[in-house]
Amino acid sequence: MFLAPAIIWFLASQAIQKIAAATTLTKSNVTLQWVIILAIFTPICIGFFIFGYYAFKGEYAHLPSSSEDLE
Amino acid sequence: MSLDIKPSKISLVIGASSVGTLIEWYDFYIFGMLATIISKQFFPSDAGTSALLSTLAIFAAGFIVRPFGALVFGRLGDIIGRKYTFLLTLVLMGGSTFAIGLVPGFATIGWAAPILVLILRLLQGLALGGEYGGAATYVAEHAPANRRGFWTSWIQTTATLGLFLALGVIILIRSNQGVEAFSAEWGGWRYPFWMSIILVVVSILIRMKMSESPMFTKLKSEGKTSTNPLKESFGHKANFKMVLLALFGAVMGQGVIWYTGQFYAQSFIETVCKVEFIQSRNLMLWAILFATPFFVVFGYLSDRIGRKWIMMFGMLAGILTYRPIYQYFLDATNAKNRTEKIDLANTIVSDKLAIVDEKICTKLYVVQKIDTAYTDGAKFSYTKTDTLFLTDIIKDANTGSIQYTQVNRVDATKLDTIKVKLKPVKETVLDVTKTAEVTIASISLKPNVIVEKTLDHATYWNLIWLVFVQILYVTMVYGPIAAFLVELFPTKIRYTSMSLPYHIGNGVFGGLVPFLGTLIVEFTKTTDNPAGDPLAGLWYPIGVASICLFIGVIYLTNKVDKEVMD
Repeated sequence: MFLAPAIIWFLASQAIQKIAAATTLTKSNVTLQWVIILAIFTPICIGFFIFGYYAFKGEYAHLPSSSEDLE
Repeated sequence: MSLDIKPSKISLVIGASSVGTLIEWYDFYIFGMLATIISKQFFPSDAGTSALLSTLAIFAAGFIVRPFGALVFGRLGDIIGRKYTFLLTLVLMGGSTFAIGLVPGFATIGWAAPILVLILRLLQGLALGGEYGGAATYVAEHAPANRRGFWTSWIQTTATLGLFLALGVIILIRSNQGVEAFSAEWGGWRYPFWMSIILVVVSILIRMKMSESPMFTKLKSEGKTSTNPLKESFGHKANFKMVLLALFGAVMGQGVIWYTGQFYAQSFIETVCKVEFIQSRNLMLWAILFATPFFVVFGYLSDRIGRKWIMMFGMLAGILTYRPIYQYFLDATNAKNRTEKIDLANTIVSDKLAIVDEKICTKLYVVQKIDTAYTDGAKFSYTKTDTLFLTDIIKDANTGSIQYTQVNRVDATKLDTIKVKLKPVKETVLDVTKTAEVTIASISLKPNVIVEKTLDHATYWNLIWLVFVQILYVTMVYGPIAAFLVELFPTKIRYTSMSLPYHIGNGVFGGLVPFLGTLIVEFTKTTDNPAGDPLAGLWYPIGVASICLFIGVIYLTNKVDKEVMD
């Protein structure tokens, strides 16, 4: 559960570092790369946090045995 | 509902679904494999905007558009049916691929070229996002419960066979045409794109003859299909929980094992170990050829012993053995480990060849090539190019190469004067007897070094064997996963629910293996070790697979769901 915010923090700090270190010529390109990565990983990390929360609450202790359990 | 399907129809269902999916993978891969040429033809390197478009084409197609395609076509597949949806993805993919082959280069139509290619590449990503879930669902919904893993495993072979086909076609055309003709604006690199249209038309004709999935037909006749599959898949907690479990407990790890075994291995062998272009690709072809049947073997086994432990074992094997395998790659291709085998008589140091830049006559490239042959048959080639900037223009020297005969040691930190005798190698206006004295204003501090290693027979086959082992892990995690995903979700939202985790796991977690691998290697670079630890990039797939293994072992069930009709 706590891994998710750590991943977001790590990626954001990397993005800041890499964009700051980029030269004028490559800055916009590097920025775009990291914006895409952050945009796609942030919802995944939120999903990972929710997964951790459900797991912590024991919601995966019994998996559904038929589709009716998923209704 | 019982499934009573004739054996001839079984073959048609598997064949038509697999061939179409194979073609989609082929279409998607040829763009990636020809990325360097495509970049030169459509995205000129001296333009910043062009680099942006190129990045969008590479990143956005894999990471954003693929999952988006999974949502769009997954929804369609759950509403109008599997057959028409994956027919549509096939048309979209084939059409875009063929059209990429028709777009004139940047030199001819300017900025329209990269923009058109970007749009077509995004359409490819969209189509791929919709294809796999449809094909896997379609086959699984025809399969009897005790053969679901075996039947869907044929679909699982297609991603690897698509890679095989793409590699094979490119090597074949490039070998026949030669590098120059292949890379020209209307050269051979376009043929693999054009070929796609034939494959797609054949596949469409076959798929048109197929009927809708029996389970979906039944649901539809009973009026039980979903009206809003997206809401039911991700808005209902009970199902959303399973989507998360599928992603973090299975597909995330499967994605990184897949990309490490098939893409990272090839990239590492070529760019880090510096194995020669054709040999590194042939090596992959052999490994893929030997390993592909195991998709079916593990699919079959998953019907007998369950899906979970086969997938978990594949992840564990990757976690434990990646570093030793890649360490061997480095050791086997390291010239330092071959000192005793060097046959000095076969070491050829070429004359330094100086080439005047055709546009800037004050720029001189000094090329030196060293070929080292070994007694076991290996040959390592080292080409170093220094760039010298001269104070004087070498007049009339822009028509050909010149021989650099007087070799003075040039210290990069000191400006020096060297004498060069200008002797034409090709036809030139230069006087053959002319000797010029030029003064060096500066020299590039970073020479361009190209190393190409042709491996000996034994090392070559050892590498094939080790790539084969990695693809074997791929077959363990990937062979049973279609059946596993199908059994996790109900029929009415199956296409949507299984497509999204699949494409996030493969497109995002798997697709980022090369990028994040390179980023991690950057962290290990220090002033004492400027090259860094070349194996550090493996910590990304090892880390992701470890988390996935941990989650999978605790939360996944090994039970094969006999009843997926509901």
